[in-house]
Amino acid sequence: MSSNMIIGQYVPGNSVIHHLDPRTKITIIFFFVLIVFFANSVMSYGLLTVFSLGSALSTRIPVKYLVKGLTPVWFLILFTFILHLFVTKEGTVLFSILTLDVYSGGLIQGLSLSLRFFLLILVTSLLTLTTTPIAITDAIEDMLGPLKKFRFPVHELALMMSISLRFIPTLMQETEKISKAQASRGVDFKTGPIKDRVKAIVPLLVPLFVSAFKRAEELAMAMEARGYQGGEGRSKLRKLQISRLDIYSFIVFGLVIFGLFLTRS
Amino acid sequence: MQHFIEFRNVSFRYREDHPWVLKNVSFHIGSNEWLAIIGHNGSGKSTIAKLMNGLLLPQTGEIFVDGMPVNENTIWDVRKTVGMVFQNPDNQFVGTTVRDDVAFGMENHGLPREVMLKRIEESLQAVGMSEYERHEPHRLSGGQKQRVAIASVLAVSPELIILDEATAMLDPRGRREIMETIREVQRKRSLSLITITHDLNEVTQADRVIVMNEGETWMEGVPRDIFAQKDALQDIGLDTPFVTKLAAELSGAGLAMQREPLNHQELLEDLWTLHSKM
Ligand SMILES: Nc1ncnc2c1ncn2[C@@H]1O[C@H](COP(=O)(O)OP(=O)(O)OP(=O)(O)O)[C@@H](O)[C@H]1O
Ligand SMILES: [Mg+2]
Repeated sequence: MSSNMIIGQYVPGNSVIHHLDPRTKITIIFFFVLIVFFANSVMSYGLLTVFSLGSALSTRIPVKYLVKGLTPVWFLILFTFILHLFVTKEGTVLFSILTLDVYSGGLIQGLSLSLRFFLLILVTSLLTLTTTPIAITDAIEDMLGPLKKFRFPVHELALMMSISLRFIPTLMQETEKISKAQASRGVDFKTGPIKDRVKAIVPLLVPLFVSAFKRAEELAMAMEARGYQGGEGRSKLRKLQISRLDIYSFIVFGLVIFGLFLTRS
Repeated sequence: MQHFIEFRNVSFRYREDHPWVLKNVSFHIGSNEWLAIIGHNGSGKSTIAKLMNGLLLPQTGEIFVDGMPVNENTIWDVRKTVGMVFQNPDNQFVGTTVRDDVAFGMENHGLPREVMLKRIEESLQAVGMSEYERHEPHRLSGGQKQRVAIASVLAVSPELIILDEATAMLDPRGRREIMETIREVQRKRSLSLITITHDLNEVTQADRVIVMNEGETWMEGVPRDIFAQKDALQDIGLDTPFVTKLAAELSGAGLAMQREPLNHQELLEDLWTLHSKM
């Protein structure tokens, strides 16, 4: 299951977008999400589509991988389209299916909303596809930095995220081990009515939680032994750096925004 | 002589209503010395280790590390001086990659980035893990993770390293590799070493041994003298190395050794010299 779903997965690569500073990517995506809602003409949608598809192609992640990875999202997009097609009753009647009339307004609404939805998903998933989770964490820590003044625990949040990232594979391996151990004792996770399967999860979760807490306790001890005393006075090995590529990207994106407002009707 | 670490009449219990875990413990370690601590489960070995770098503070008695008394004000300096490697390889790996993990301690002490880069390289080299710098922990074996843990400790350049059953979860080969790594490191840098272990072969390599029993230092001496006390050790639930047992059986059968052999090599030497004397 997890191998099909690309949202949240990192694909190593060497493209320009892979090399951008994660802060640049987050900023651009943030503003992209905002400006998508300003598009209202064929031209403006075209511009944003070209920008998004161009970015996606430039990552050199195989298109097939992207298309397949978005499978669950395709259904949502289709659903959005059909819903609006039938629900919106504006403009002229184009044709009718059974007793339902399809209006021109509905077609336009359906197309533009599902396109918007598609662009949003595509561009936001480019972030995680081209950026390691730890780089995203670093970027978030850096960008939320100003909130420290308001006593917002920025460093702690970032540390929490990075430790979760560190332990996800470990806990996955452990889950597998426990589920095999329980399966060998006759617990059946895969067949039978839902109720039984849910019940079968309990002997999996309990040992997993117990061990996770034990790990947490030992990890805290190990961190303290290595001199951890919070974010104060800490230096950092990983460093974020804005390069020329980032400047160019901002310029290109600025032009897209400019173009968008020119092509709006 | 100035002792590097000194315990002076230290008593400790985890809570007021709990029994004493350490009872009036006193001992010391010199610079560059290798001390092994053995004892049955729950005899207080890990507690000693945690007291040594201020993870716990004693109720009575005093602990000195490199002349500093260990208390709230000094623990950060103490932790720079005393590095610790724990038993479970997974639960002490903080970073998402090897290099991040090695950097963790240095980041905590606020070292500049250039220094960190240099020391990451040096300490990974010292434990033979240079090629794995960018690896994530789940792609490493238990023994490799423990070597990274040692590198992480080395990077802060401590003067004492405590290994609290650091090899207990490894297979015999992993154990051997870790101990070789440690010995190598100790030879190259001037380091004191404390190994807490149930593996008696590790004990035989130490300069000195402390045997803990029920929270008290029960015996203290060089490995040879300690193992000579087989019966007493067995009484408090400790095993002796195979070689020691064999030597005891042999002397029971009338083949007395002239010294307490510590390893196969020594036993072999003793046996053939014995034979040539007969
Ligand atoms: N966090 C704790 N809270 C309360 N009691 C504890 C705690 N940790 C250890 N103890 C108790 O302190 C005693 C000594 O424990 P310690 O961990 O020092 O033993 P140890 O010699 O390291 O044993 P082992 O060989 O099993 O590691 C034990 O009786 C134990 O139950
Ligand atoms: Mg212990």
